[in-house]
Amino acid sequence: MLAFVLTLVLLLLIVIVLAYAERKVAAFMQDRLGPTEAGPYGSLQSVLDVLKLLQKEDIVPAAADKSLFKLAPILIFAAVFAGFAVIPFTPDLVPAGIGIGVFYLLAIISLDVVGLLMAGWGSNNKYAMLGAMRSVAQIVSYEIPAGLAILSVVMVCQSLDFQEISYQQGVLMQIFPGLEYEANWLFGIEALGLETTNIGGITTWNIFRAPILLVAFVIYFIASLAESNRAPFDIPEAESELVAGFHVEYSGFRFAILFLAEYSMMVLVSLVAVILFLGSWNTPLPNIGPLQLANWTTGTIGELSSILWGGFWLLSKTFVLLFLQLQIRWTYPRLRVDQLMHLCWKVLTPIALGIVLLAGIWRLLMI
Amino acid sequence: MNEVKHTYGFWDVVKSLVSGLRLTWRHFKNAKNRRTPEYVTDENYFNQPDGLVTLTYPYEAIPVPDNGRYRLHNEIDDCIVCDLCAKVCPVNCITIESVKATEEIGVTSDGTKKRLYAPVFDIDMAKCCYCGLCTTVCPTDCLTMTPVYDFAEVDIKNMIYHFTDLTPEQAEEKKQLLAKQQEEMAAAKAAALAARKLI
Repeated sequence: MLAFVLTLVLLLLIVIVLAYAERKVAAFMQDRLGPTEAGPYGSLQSVLDVLKLLQKEDIVPAAADKSLFKLAPILIFAAVFAGFAVIPFTPDLVPAGIGIGVFYLLAIISLDVVGLLMAGWGSNNKYAMLGAMRSVAQIVSYEIPAGLAILSVVMVCQSLDFQEISYQQGVLMQIFPGLEYEANWLFGIEALGLETTNIGGITTWNIFRAPILLVAFVIYFIASLAESNRAPFDIPEAESELVAGFHVEYSGFRFAILFLAEYSMMVLVSLVAVILFLGSWNTPLPNIGPLQLANWTTGTIGELSSILWGGFWLLSKTFVLLFLQLQIRWTYPRLRVDQLMHLCWKVLTPIALGIVLLAGIWRLLMI
Repeated sequence: MNEVKHTYGFWDVVKSLVSGLRLTWRHFKNAKNRRTPEYVTDENYFNQPDGLVTLTYPYEAIPVPDNGRYRLHNEIDDCIVCDLCAKVCPVNCITIESVKATEEIGVTSDGTKKRLYAPVFDIDMAKCCYCGLCTTVCPTDCLTMTPVYDFAEVDIKNMIYHFTDLTPEQAEEKKQLLAKQQEEMAAAKAAALAARKLI
Protein backbone atom coordinates (compact mmCIF):
# COMPACT_ATOMS: atom_id res chain seq x y z
CA MET A 1 0.00 0.00 0.00
CA LEU A 2 2.82 2.38 0.87
CA ALA A 3 4.53 1.54 -2.41
CA PHE A 4 1.28 2.30 -4.23
CA VAL A 5 0.98 5.75 -2.69
CA LEU A 6 4.68 6.53 -3.14
CA THR A 7 4.65 5.46 -6.78
CA LEU A 8 1.50 7.43 -7.48
CA VAL A 9 2.91 10.59 -5.88
CA LEU A 10 6.22 10.17 -7.67
CA LEU A 11 4.42 9.58 -10.95
CA LEU A 12 2.21 12.65 -10.51
CA LEU A 13 5.28 14.77 -9.77
CA ILE A 14 7.14 13.46 -12.82
CA VAL A 15 4.11 13.96 -15.06
CA ILE A 16 3.63 17.53 -13.87
CA VAL A 17 7.31 18.28 -14.48
CA LEU A 18 7.07 16.56 -17.85
CA ALA A 19 3.97 18.49 -18.94
CA TYR A 20 5.74 21.74 -18.04
CA ALA A 21 8.95 20.59 -19.76
CA GLU A 22 7.00 19.63 -22.85
CA ARG A 23 5.63 23.13 -23.24
CA LYS A 24 8.90 24.83 -22.43
CA VAL A 25 11.01 22.56 -24.66
CA ALA A 26 8.51 22.96 -27.49
CA ALA A 27 8.62 26.72 -27.06
CA PHE A 28 12.40 26.91 -26.95
CA MET A 29 12.79 24.73 -30.03
CA GLN A 30 10.38 26.98 -31.87
CA ASP A 31 12.07 30.17 -30.63
CA ARG A 32 9.16 31.04 -28.36
CA LEU A 33 8.99 31.72 -24.63
CA GLY A 34 6.40 29.19 -23.49
CA PRO A 35 4.49 29.72 -20.25
CA THR A 36 5.77 32.74 -18.35
CA GLU A 37 2.88 33.97 -16.24
CA ALA A 38 2.08 31.36 -13.57
CA GLY A 39 4.87 31.24 -11.02
CA PRO A 40 8.55 31.88 -11.76
CA TYR A 41 9.16 31.16 -15.46
CA GLY A 42 5.64 29.74 -15.66
CA SER A 43 6.60 26.75 -13.53
CA LEU A 44 3.16 26.47 -11.92
CA GLN A 45 1.45 26.29 -15.31
CA SER A 46 0.87 22.54 -15.35
CA VAL A 47 -0.33 22.52 -11.73
CA LEU A 48 -2.86 25.19 -12.62
CA ASP A 49 -3.85 23.25 -15.75
CA VAL A 50 -4.64 20.25 -13.59
CA LEU A 51 -6.63 22.40 -11.14
CA LYS A 52 -8.56 23.87 -14.05
CA LEU A 53 -9.36 20.42 -15.42
CA LEU A 54 -10.60 19.24 -12.01
CA GLN A 55 -13.03 22.16 -11.80
CA LYS A 56 -14.55 21.56 -15.21
CA GLU A 57 -17.85 19.86 -15.81
CA ASP A 58 -17.72 16.15 -16.49
CA ILE A 59 -19.66 15.94 -19.74
CA VAL A 60 -20.98 12.59 -20.93
CA PRO A 61 -22.41 12.88 -24.46
CA ALA A 62 -26.09 11.94 -24.70
CA ALA A 63 -25.45 9.42 -27.48
CA ALA A 64 -22.42 7.85 -25.80
CA ASP A 65 -22.32 4.33 -24.49
CA LYS A 66 -22.28 5.58 -20.93
CA SER A 67 -20.78 2.68 -19.06
CA LEU A 68 -17.95 2.16 -21.59
CA PHE A 69 -17.36 5.89 -21.79
CA LYS A 70 -17.06 6.25 -18.04
CA LEU A 71 -14.97 3.16 -17.47
CA ALA A 72 -12.43 3.70 -20.25
CA PRO A 73 -10.21 6.39 -18.61
CA ILE A 74 -10.00 4.36 -15.42
CA LEU A 75 -9.03 1.21 -17.32
CA ILE A 76 -6.42 3.05 -19.40
CA PHE A 77 -4.78 4.65 -16.40
CA ALA A 78 -5.01 1.49 -14.30
CA ALA A 79 -3.31 -0.51 -17.07
CA VAL A 80 -0.44 1.94 -17.37
CA PHE A 81 -0.11 2.47 -13.64
CA ALA A 82 -0.09 -1.27 -12.96
CA GLY A 83 3.02 -1.42 -15.13
CA PHE A 84 4.90 0.67 -12.57
CA ALA A 85 4.46 -2.06 -9.98
CA VAL A 86 7.45 -4.05 -11.24
CA ILE A 87 9.80 -1.12 -11.89
CA PRO A 88 12.82 -1.22 -9.55
CA PHE A 89 13.52 2.34 -8.43
CA THR A 90 16.62 1.64 -6.34
CA PRO A 91 18.74 -1.45 -5.54
CA ASP A 92 16.33 -2.45 -2.79
CA LEU A 93 13.09 -0.70 -3.60
CA VAL A 94 10.65 -2.43 -5.92
CA PRO A 95 6.89 -1.99 -5.44
CA ALA A 96 6.34 -5.66 -6.40
CA GLY A 97 9.47 -7.71 -7.00
CA ILE A 98 7.94 -10.56 -8.94
CA GLY A 99 10.16 -12.90 -10.91
CA ILE A 100 8.36 -12.55 -14.22
CA GLY A 101 8.23 -8.73 -14.19
CA VAL A 102 9.05 -8.25 -17.88
CA PHE A 103 6.31 -10.63 -18.98
CA TYR A 104 3.83 -9.06 -16.57
CA LEU A 105 4.67 -5.58 -17.83
CA LEU A 106 4.18 -6.48 -21.49
CA ALA A 107 0.90 -8.18 -20.67
CA ILE A 108 -0.55 -5.41 -18.51
CA ILE A 109 0.46 -2.67 -20.95
CA SER A 110 -1.49 -4.47 -23.67
CA LEU A 111 -4.64 -3.94 -21.62
CA ASP A 112 -4.27 -0.25 -22.48
CA VAL A 113 -5.48 -1.07 -25.99
CA VAL A 114 -8.83 -2.31 -24.68
CA GLY A 115 -9.31 0.95 -22.80
CA LEU A 116 -8.50 3.00 -25.89
CA LEU A 117 -11.00 1.07 -27.97
CA MET A 118 -13.63 1.48 -25.23
CA ALA A 119 -13.05 5.21 -25.15
CA GLY A 120 -13.24 5.54 -28.92
CA TRP A 121 -16.30 3.32 -29.32
CA GLY A 122 -18.10 4.62 -26.27
CA SER A 123 -17.76 8.25 -27.36
CA ASN A 124 -20.00 7.59 -30.38
CA ASN A 125 -17.99 10.11 -32.36
CA LYS A 126 -16.41 9.44 -35.73
CA TYR A 127 -13.16 11.19 -34.85
CA ALA A 128 -12.85 9.34 -31.58
CA MET A 129 -13.61 6.05 -33.32
CA LEU A 130 -11.05 6.66 -36.07
CA GLY A 131 -8.49 7.78 -33.53
CA ALA A 132 -9.07 4.73 -31.36
CA MET A 133 -8.86 2.36 -34.32
CA ARG A 134 -5.64 3.90 -35.54
CA SER A 135 -4.28 3.88 -32.02
CA VAL A 136 -5.10 0.23 -31.47
CA ALA A 137 -3.73 -0.81 -34.87
CA GLN A 138 -0.55 1.08 -34.12
CA ILE A 139 -0.04 -0.18 -30.59
CA VAL A 140 -0.76 -3.79 -31.47
CA SER A 141 1.67 -3.62 -34.40
CA TYR A 142 4.46 -1.93 -32.54
CA GLU A 143 4.24 -4.30 -29.62
CA ILE A 144 5.87 -6.89 -31.83
CA PRO A 145 9.21 -5.15 -32.54
CA ALA A 146 9.20 -3.80 -28.98
CA GLY A 147 8.53 -7.28 -27.62
CA LEU A 148 11.27 -8.79 -29.78
CA ALA A 149 13.75 -6.14 -28.67
CA ILE A 150 12.87 -6.87 -25.04
CA LEU A 151 13.13 -10.58 -25.76
CA SER A 152 16.71 -10.15 -26.93
CA VAL A 153 17.53 -8.46 -23.61
CA VAL A 154 15.84 -11.27 -21.72
CA MET A 155 17.92 -13.78 -23.70
CA VAL A 156 21.16 -11.99 -22.91
CA CYS A 157 20.27 -11.53 -19.23
CA GLN A 158 18.58 -14.93 -18.84
CA SER A 159 15.99 -13.39 -16.55
CA LEU A 160 12.48 -11.95 -16.58
CA ASP A 161 13.06 -10.12 -13.30
CA PHE A 162 13.67 -6.40 -13.71
CA GLN A 163 15.66 -6.27 -10.50
CA GLU A 164 17.95 -9.12 -11.56
CA ILE A 165 18.48 -7.46 -14.95
CA SER A 166 19.32 -4.25 -13.07
CA TYR A 167 21.86 -5.94 -10.79
CA GLN A 168 23.56 -7.59 -13.77
CA GLN A 169 24.38 -4.18 -15.22
CA GLY A 170 26.61 -2.84 -12.45
CA VAL A 171 29.26 -3.39 -9.83
CA LEU A 172 26.73 -4.81 -7.38
CA MET A 173 26.06 -7.86 -9.54
CA GLN A 174 27.49 -10.50 -7.24
CA ILE A 175 25.41 -9.25 -4.30
CA PHE A 176 22.21 -10.42 -5.96
CA PRO A 177 21.21 -13.91 -4.78
CA GLY A 178 21.87 -16.38 -7.56
CA LEU A 179 24.44 -14.25 -9.36
CA GLU A 180 27.31 -14.77 -6.87
CA TYR A 181 29.54 -16.59 -9.36
CA GLU A 182 28.56 -14.65 -12.47
CA ALA A 183 31.04 -12.32 -14.11
CA ASN A 184 30.82 -9.51 -16.65
CA TRP A 185 33.29 -9.42 -19.52
CA LEU A 186 34.05 -6.54 -21.85
CA PHE A 187 31.44 -6.62 -24.64
CA GLY A 188 30.26 -9.82 -22.98
CA ILE A 189 32.98 -11.82 -24.75
CA GLU A 190 34.83 -13.95 -22.24
CA ALA A 191 37.51 -14.78 -24.85
CA LEU A 192 38.73 -11.15 -24.72
CA GLY A 193 39.79 -11.85 -21.14
CA LEU A 194 38.88 -8.40 -19.78
CA GLU A 195 36.68 -8.79 -16.73
CA THR A 196 34.46 -5.80 -16.02
CA THR A 197 32.57 -7.19 -13.01
CA ASN A 198 34.32 -4.78 -10.66
CA ILE A 199 34.75 -1.98 -13.17
CA GLY A 200 31.03 -1.45 -13.50
CA GLY A 201 29.73 1.84 -14.81
CA ILE A 202 28.87 2.11 -18.46
CA THR A 203 30.97 -0.96 -19.34
CA THR A 204 28.40 -3.26 -17.75
CA TRP A 205 25.30 -1.62 -19.18
CA ASN A 206 23.41 -3.96 -21.47
CA ILE A 207 24.13 -1.89 -24.57
CA PHE A 208 27.85 -2.30 -23.76
CA ARG A 209 27.76 -5.81 -22.34
CA ALA A 210 26.22 -7.05 -25.60
CA PRO A 211 26.63 -4.26 -28.17
CA ILE A 212 24.05 -5.93 -30.39
CA LEU A 213 21.51 -4.63 -27.87
CA LEU A 214 22.31 -1.10 -29.02
CA VAL A 215 20.34 -1.88 -32.17
CA ALA A 216 17.65 -3.50 -30.03
CA PHE A 217 17.56 -0.30 -27.96
CA VAL A 218 16.99 1.85 -31.06
CA ILE A 219 14.21 -0.49 -32.20
CA TYR A 220 12.64 -0.47 -28.75
CA PHE A 221 12.85 3.31 -28.53
CA ILE A 222 11.15 3.79 -31.91
CA ALA A 223 8.48 1.26 -31.02
CA SER A 224 7.96 2.84 -27.61
CA LEU A 225 7.31 6.20 -29.27
CA ALA A 226 4.57 4.51 -31.27
CA GLU A 227 3.20 2.71 -28.23
CA SER A 228 2.82 5.92 -26.28
CA ASN A 229 1.28 7.63 -29.35
CA ARG A 230 4.04 10.20 -29.52
CA ALA A 231 5.12 12.10 -32.60
CA PRO A 232 6.18 11.15 -35.24
CA PHE A 233 3.75 8.28 -34.64
CA ASP A 234 0.87 10.40 -33.37
CA ILE A 235 -1.67 9.66 -36.09
CA PRO A 236 -4.15 8.40 -33.45
CA GLU A 237 -4.53 11.95 -32.20
CA ALA A 238 -3.35 13.89 -35.22
CA GLU A 239 -4.67 17.31 -34.24
CA SER A 240 -5.01 18.52 -37.81
CA GLU A 241 -7.18 15.64 -38.98
CA LEU A 242 -8.83 13.98 -35.98
CA VAL A 243 -9.34 16.93 -33.60
CA ALA A 244 -7.86 15.04 -30.63
CA GLY A 245 -8.27 11.36 -31.40
CA PHE A 246 -9.97 9.00 -29.01
CA HIS A 247 -10.30 11.50 -26.16
CA VAL A 248 -12.13 14.19 -28.14
CA GLU A 249 -15.35 13.80 -26.13
CA TYR A 250 -13.72 13.76 -22.72
CA SER A 251 -13.60 16.71 -20.37
CA GLY A 252 -12.79 17.54 -16.80
CA PHE A 253 -11.49 14.85 -14.51
CA ARG A 254 -11.79 12.05 -17.05
CA PHE A 255 -9.71 14.01 -19.54
CA ALA A 256 -7.17 14.69 -16.81
CA ILE A 257 -6.93 10.94 -16.21
CA LEU A 258 -6.43 10.22 -19.91
CA PHE A 259 -3.79 12.93 -20.09
CA LEU A 260 -2.10 11.49 -17.03
CA ALA A 261 -2.20 8.00 -18.54
CA GLU A 262 -0.63 9.26 -21.75
CA TYR A 263 2.23 10.93 -19.95
CA SER A 264 2.60 7.99 -17.56
CA MET A 265 2.98 5.77 -20.61
CA MET A 266 5.84 7.99 -21.81
CA VAL A 267 7.50 7.75 -18.43
CA LEU A 268 6.95 4.01 -18.21
CA VAL A 269 8.40 3.17 -21.62
CA SER A 270 11.40 5.38 -20.88
CA LEU A 271 11.89 3.70 -17.50
CA VAL A 272 11.76 0.28 -19.15
CA ALA A 273 14.25 1.40 -21.81
CA VAL A 274 16.60 2.62 -19.07
CA ILE A 275 16.27 -0.54 -17.02
CA LEU A 276 16.66 -2.96 -19.90
CA PHE A 277 19.32 -1.20 -21.94
CA LEU A 278 20.90 1.72 -20.13
CA GLY A 279 22.04 0.21 -16.87
CA SER A 280 18.91 0.75 -14.76
CA TRP A 281 19.79 2.51 -11.48
CA ASN A 282 23.51 1.83 -11.96
CA THR A 283 25.97 4.65 -12.27
CA PRO A 284 27.48 5.40 -15.69
CA LEU A 285 30.90 6.08 -14.11
CA PRO A 286 33.30 3.11 -14.15
CA ASN A 287 35.95 2.25 -11.58
CA ILE A 288 39.29 3.24 -13.11
CA GLY A 289 42.22 1.93 -11.06
CA PRO A 290 42.29 3.80 -7.74
CA LEU A 291 39.46 6.09 -8.87
CA GLN A 292 36.56 4.00 -7.54
CA LEU A 293 34.00 6.23 -9.30
CA ALA A 294 31.44 3.47 -9.65
CA ASN A 295 31.62 2.50 -5.98
CA TRP A 296 31.49 6.13 -4.85
CA THR A 297 28.43 6.88 -6.93
CA THR A 298 26.55 3.71 -6.05
CA GLY A 299 26.32 3.92 -2.28
CA THR A 300 25.99 1.09 0.17
CA ILE A 301 23.17 -1.38 -0.22
CA GLY A 302 20.53 -1.06 2.47
CA GLU A 303 21.53 2.47 3.36
CA LEU A 304 20.09 5.81 2.33
CA SER A 305 23.05 6.48 0.03
CA SER A 306 22.18 3.62 -2.32
CA ILE A 307 18.54 4.71 -2.45
CA LEU A 308 19.48 8.28 -3.28
CA TRP A 309 22.14 7.35 -5.85
CA GLY A 310 19.95 4.67 -7.41
CA GLY A 311 16.94 6.95 -7.68
CA PHE A 312 19.09 9.77 -8.99
CA TRP A 313 20.68 7.74 -11.79
CA LEU A 314 17.43 6.04 -12.78
CA LEU A 315 15.47 9.28 -12.94
CA SER A 316 18.19 11.29 -14.66
CA LYS A 317 18.60 8.66 -17.38
CA THR A 318 14.83 8.53 -17.75
CA PHE A 319 14.65 12.28 -18.10
CA VAL A 320 17.31 12.18 -20.82
CA LEU A 321 15.16 9.73 -22.76
CA LEU A 322 12.03 11.78 -22.10
CA PHE A 323 13.81 14.86 -23.39
CA LEU A 324 14.74 12.91 -26.50
CA GLN A 325 11.07 12.00 -26.93
CA LEU A 326 10.09 15.66 -26.69
CA GLN A 327 12.84 16.70 -29.08
CA ILE A 328 11.76 14.07 -31.60
CA ARG A 329 8.21 15.29 -31.32
CA TRP A 330 9.22 18.81 -32.27
CA THR A 331 11.65 17.71 -34.97
CA TYR A 332 10.02 15.12 -37.19
CA PRO A 333 6.82 15.31 -39.21
CA ARG A 334 4.05 12.79 -38.68
CA LEU A 335 4.17 9.51 -40.59
CA ARG A 336 1.35 8.44 -42.87
CA VAL A 337 -0.55 5.29 -41.92
CA ASP A 338 1.05 3.25 -44.72
CA GLN A 339 4.53 4.53 -43.82
CA LEU A 340 3.84 3.68 -40.20
CA MET A 341 2.88 0.10 -40.99
CA HIS A 342 5.72 -0.22 -43.50
CA LEU A 343 8.22 0.85 -40.84
CA CYS A 344 6.78 -1.56 -38.31
CA TRP A 345 6.23 -4.72 -40.33
CA LYS A 346 8.82 -4.46 -43.09
CA VAL A 347 11.69 -2.73 -41.32
CA LEU A 348 11.59 -3.00 -37.54
CA THR A 349 10.14 -6.50 -37.18
CA PRO A 350 12.65 -8.25 -39.53
CA ILE A 351 15.57 -6.41 -37.93
CA ALA A 352 14.27 -7.27 -34.46
CA LEU A 353 13.99 -10.93 -35.44
CA GLY A 354 17.60 -10.81 -36.63
CA ILE A 355 18.62 -9.16 -33.36
CA VAL A 356 16.94 -11.92 -31.36
CA LEU A 357 19.01 -14.49 -33.28
CA LEU A 358 22.22 -12.51 -32.84
CA ALA A 359 21.49 -11.93 -29.15
CA GLY A 360 21.18 -15.70 -28.73
CA ILE A 361 24.55 -16.20 -30.41
CA TRP A 362 26.05 -13.42 -28.31
CA ARG A 363 24.78 -15.13 -25.18
CA LEU A 364 26.76 -18.21 -26.21
CA LEU A 365 29.91 -16.05 -26.32
CA MET A 366 29.21 -14.77 -22.80
CA ILE A 367 29.47 -18.15 -21.09
CA MET B 1 19.63 26.38 -59.95
CA ASN B 2 20.99 23.32 -58.25
CA GLU B 3 18.94 20.26 -58.89
CA VAL B 4 17.59 18.82 -55.65
CA LYS B 5 19.18 15.43 -55.19
CA HIS B 6 16.96 12.86 -53.53
CA THR B 7 18.76 10.22 -51.56
CA TYR B 8 17.15 7.14 -50.13
CA GLY B 9 20.04 5.12 -48.74
CA PHE B 10 20.08 4.03 -45.10
CA TRP B 11 22.91 6.35 -44.11
CA ASP B 12 21.38 9.26 -45.99
CA VAL B 13 18.20 8.81 -43.99
CA VAL B 14 20.12 8.54 -40.73
CA LYS B 15 22.08 11.65 -41.69
CA SER B 16 18.94 13.63 -42.38
CA LEU B 17 17.33 12.44 -39.13
CA VAL B 18 20.41 13.51 -37.18
CA SER B 19 20.58 16.85 -38.92
CA GLY B 20 16.94 17.42 -37.95
CA LEU B 21 17.73 16.70 -34.31
CA ARG B 22 20.76 19.00 -34.48
CA LEU B 23 18.59 21.79 -35.82
CA THR B 24 16.10 21.61 -32.94
CA TRP B 25 18.94 21.17 -30.44
CA ARG B 26 20.63 24.31 -31.75
CA HIS B 27 17.44 26.29 -31.25
CA PHE B 28 16.99 24.80 -27.78
CA LYS B 29 20.58 25.69 -26.88
CA ASN B 30 20.21 29.25 -28.11
CA ALA B 31 17.01 29.73 -26.11
CA LYS B 32 19.02 31.64 -23.48
CA ASN B 33 19.26 34.54 -25.94
CA ARG B 34 16.28 36.84 -26.13
CA ARG B 35 15.16 39.32 -28.69
CA THR B 36 15.40 42.83 -27.32
CA PRO B 37 12.73 45.44 -28.00
CA GLU B 38 14.70 47.58 -30.45
CA TYR B 39 13.45 50.58 -32.36
CA VAL B 40 13.07 49.95 -36.09
CA THR B 41 15.97 52.23 -36.98
CA ASP B 42 18.29 50.39 -34.59
CA GLU B 43 20.97 48.51 -36.48
CA ASN B 44 20.23 45.39 -34.43
CA TYR B 45 16.57 45.39 -35.48
CA PHE B 46 17.08 42.88 -38.29
CA ASN B 47 20.23 41.45 -36.79
CA GLN B 48 19.05 39.13 -34.04
CA PRO B 49 19.82 35.80 -35.66
CA ASP B 50 19.24 33.36 -32.80
CA GLY B 51 17.36 32.99 -29.57
CA LEU B 52 13.73 33.53 -28.66
CA VAL B 53 11.88 35.98 -30.86
CA THR B 54 8.76 36.59 -28.78
CA LEU B 55 8.47 39.46 -26.35
CA THR B 56 6.40 39.24 -23.17
CA TYR B 57 4.04 41.73 -24.74
CA PRO B 58 2.31 43.74 -22.06
CA TYR B 59 5.66 44.05 -20.26
CA GLU B 60 7.85 44.55 -23.31
CA ALA B 61 6.92 45.94 -26.70
CA ILE B 62 8.74 47.02 -29.82
CA PRO B 63 8.65 50.84 -29.85
CA VAL B 64 6.36 52.23 -32.55
CA PRO B 65 7.69 54.67 -35.18
CA ASP B 66 7.29 58.40 -34.48
CA ASN B 67 5.17 58.89 -37.59
CA GLY B 68 3.00 55.86 -36.80
CA ARG B 69 -0.76 56.48 -36.83
CA TYR B 70 -2.47 55.15 -33.72
CA ARG B 71 -4.87 56.58 -31.14
CA LEU B 72 -5.85 60.22 -31.55
CA HIS B 73 -5.46 62.74 -28.80
CA ASN B 74 -6.79 66.28 -28.66
CA GLU B 75 -5.12 68.79 -26.40
CA ILE B 76 -8.29 70.75 -25.68
CA ASP B 77 -6.40 73.69 -24.15
CA ASP B 78 -4.83 74.35 -27.54
CA CYS B 79 -7.98 73.70 -29.58
CA ILE B 80 -9.67 76.69 -31.22
CA VAL B 81 -12.73 74.58 -32.16
CA CYS B 82 -12.33 75.43 -35.85
CA ASP B 83 -14.14 72.22 -36.89
CA LEU B 84 -11.65 71.58 -39.71
CA CYS B 85 -10.88 68.08 -38.44
CA ALA B 86 -14.56 67.12 -38.37
CA LYS B 87 -15.00 68.44 -41.91
CA VAL B 88 -12.01 66.62 -43.37
CA CYS B 89 -12.68 63.32 -41.63
CA PRO B 90 -13.62 60.77 -44.32
CA VAL B 91 -15.58 58.57 -41.90
CA ASN B 92 -17.16 61.33 -39.83
CA CYS B 93 -15.85 60.03 -36.56
CA ILE B 94 -15.32 63.46 -35.01
CA THR B 95 -18.33 65.28 -33.54
CA ILE B 96 -17.90 68.88 -32.48
CA GLU B 97 -20.41 71.34 -31.08
CA SER B 98 -19.28 74.87 -30.54
CA VAL B 99 -20.56 77.71 -28.42
CA LYS B 100 -19.32 81.20 -29.03
CA ALA B 101 -17.72 82.76 -26.03
CA THR B 102 -18.95 86.07 -24.74
CA GLU B 103 -15.41 87.30 -24.41
CA GLU B 104 -11.98 86.07 -25.42
CA ILE B 105 -11.20 82.82 -23.51
CA GLY B 106 -7.46 82.89 -23.84
CA VAL B 107 -4.67 82.01 -26.19
CA THR B 108 -3.32 78.64 -27.32
CA SER B 109 0.32 77.75 -26.84
CA ASP B 110 1.13 79.00 -30.36
CA GLY B 111 -0.53 82.35 -29.70
CA THR B 112 -3.83 81.91 -31.51
CA LYS B 113 -6.80 83.48 -29.76
CA LYS B 114 -9.57 81.16 -28.60
CA ARG B 115 -13.10 82.43 -29.12
CA LEU B 116 -15.18 79.25 -29.02
CA TYR B 117 -16.10 76.76 -26.35
CA ALA B 118 -16.48 73.09 -27.27
CA PRO B 119 -19.21 71.52 -25.14
CA VAL B 120 -18.89 68.40 -27.32
CA PHE B 121 -15.62 67.18 -28.81
CA ASP B 122 -16.02 63.44 -29.35
CA ILE B 123 -13.86 61.15 -31.42
CA ASP B 124 -15.28 57.69 -32.08
CA MET B 125 -12.11 55.57 -32.27
CA ALA B 126 -14.19 52.59 -33.37
CA LYS B 127 -15.01 54.45 -36.56
CA CYS B 128 -11.61 56.07 -37.02
CA CYS B 129 -9.69 54.82 -40.08
CA TYR B 130 -6.36 56.22 -38.91
CA CYS B 131 -5.77 58.22 -42.07
CA GLY B 132 -4.32 61.11 -40.10
CA LEU B 133 -5.97 63.82 -42.23
CA CYS B 134 -7.37 65.55 -39.14
CA THR B 135 -3.90 65.95 -37.69
CA THR B 136 -2.59 67.54 -40.90
CA VAL B 137 -5.39 70.09 -41.18
CA CYS B 138 -5.30 71.07 -37.50
CA PRO B 139 -4.11 74.70 -37.50
CA THR B 140 -2.85 74.67 -33.92
CA ASP B 141 -1.44 71.10 -33.97
CA CYS B 142 -3.56 70.20 -30.98
CA LEU B 143 -4.93 67.01 -32.57
CA THR B 144 -2.17 64.40 -32.71
CA MET B 145 -1.60 60.69 -33.15
CA THR B 146 -0.16 59.05 -30.02
CA PRO B 147 1.91 55.83 -29.94
CA VAL B 148 -0.88 54.03 -28.03
CA TYR B 149 -2.35 51.17 -30.05
CA ASP B 150 -3.60 48.79 -27.39
CA PHE B 151 -6.91 50.33 -26.32
CA ALA B 152 -9.50 47.65 -26.92
CA GLU B 153 -12.66 48.01 -24.85
CA VAL B 154 -15.31 45.59 -23.68
CA ASP B 155 -18.13 48.10 -24.27
CA ILE B 156 -18.03 49.81 -27.65
CA LYS B 157 -19.39 53.01 -26.09
CA ASN B 158 -16.06 53.39 -24.38
CA MET B 159 -14.42 53.71 -27.78
CA ILE B 160 -15.88 57.19 -28.02
CA TYR B 161 -13.36 59.56 -26.49
CA HIS B 162 -14.65 62.78 -24.94
CA PHE B 163 -12.13 65.59 -25.05
CA THR B 164 -14.23 68.50 -23.83
CA ASP B 165 -13.10 70.33 -20.72
CA LEU B 166 -16.57 71.62 -19.90
CA THR B 167 -19.05 69.87 -17.69
CA PRO B 168 -22.65 69.84 -19.03
CA GLU B 169 -23.57 72.46 -16.42
CA GLN B 170 -20.74 74.72 -17.49
CA ALA B 171 -21.71 74.24 -21.14
CA GLU B 172 -25.29 75.18 -20.31
CA GLU B 173 -24.06 78.22 -18.42
CA LYS B 174 -21.94 79.30 -21.39
CA LYS B 175 -24.91 78.82 -23.73
CA GLN B 176 -27.10 80.95 -21.49
CA LEU B 177 -24.41 83.59 -21.25
CA LEU B 178 -24.23 83.69 -25.03
CA ALA B 179 -28.01 83.77 -25.37
CA LYS B 180 -28.16 86.56 -22.81
CA GLN B 181 -25.46 88.50 -24.60
CA GLN B 182 -27.19 88.05 -27.91
CA GLU B 183 -30.49 89.08 -26.37
CA GLU B 184 -28.84 92.16 -24.95
CA MET B 185 -27.23 92.88 -28.29
CA ALA B 186 -30.53 92.36 -30.06
CA ALA B 187 -32.25 94.57 -27.54
CA ALA B 188 -29.54 97.20 -27.96
CA LYS B 189 -29.86 96.88 -31.72
CA ALA B 190 -33.63 97.20 -31.52
CA ALA B 191 -33.26 100.17 -29.22
CA ALA B 192 -30.79 101.75 -31.61
CA LEU B 193 -33.16 101.06 -34.52
CA ALA B 194 -36.06 102.52 -32.62
CA ALA B 195 -33.97 105.54 -31.71
CA ARG B 196 -32.96 105.98 -35.35
CA LYS B 197 -36.66 105.77 -36.42
CA LEU B 198 -37.58 108.44 -33.93
CA ILE B 199 -35.09 110.82 -35.40
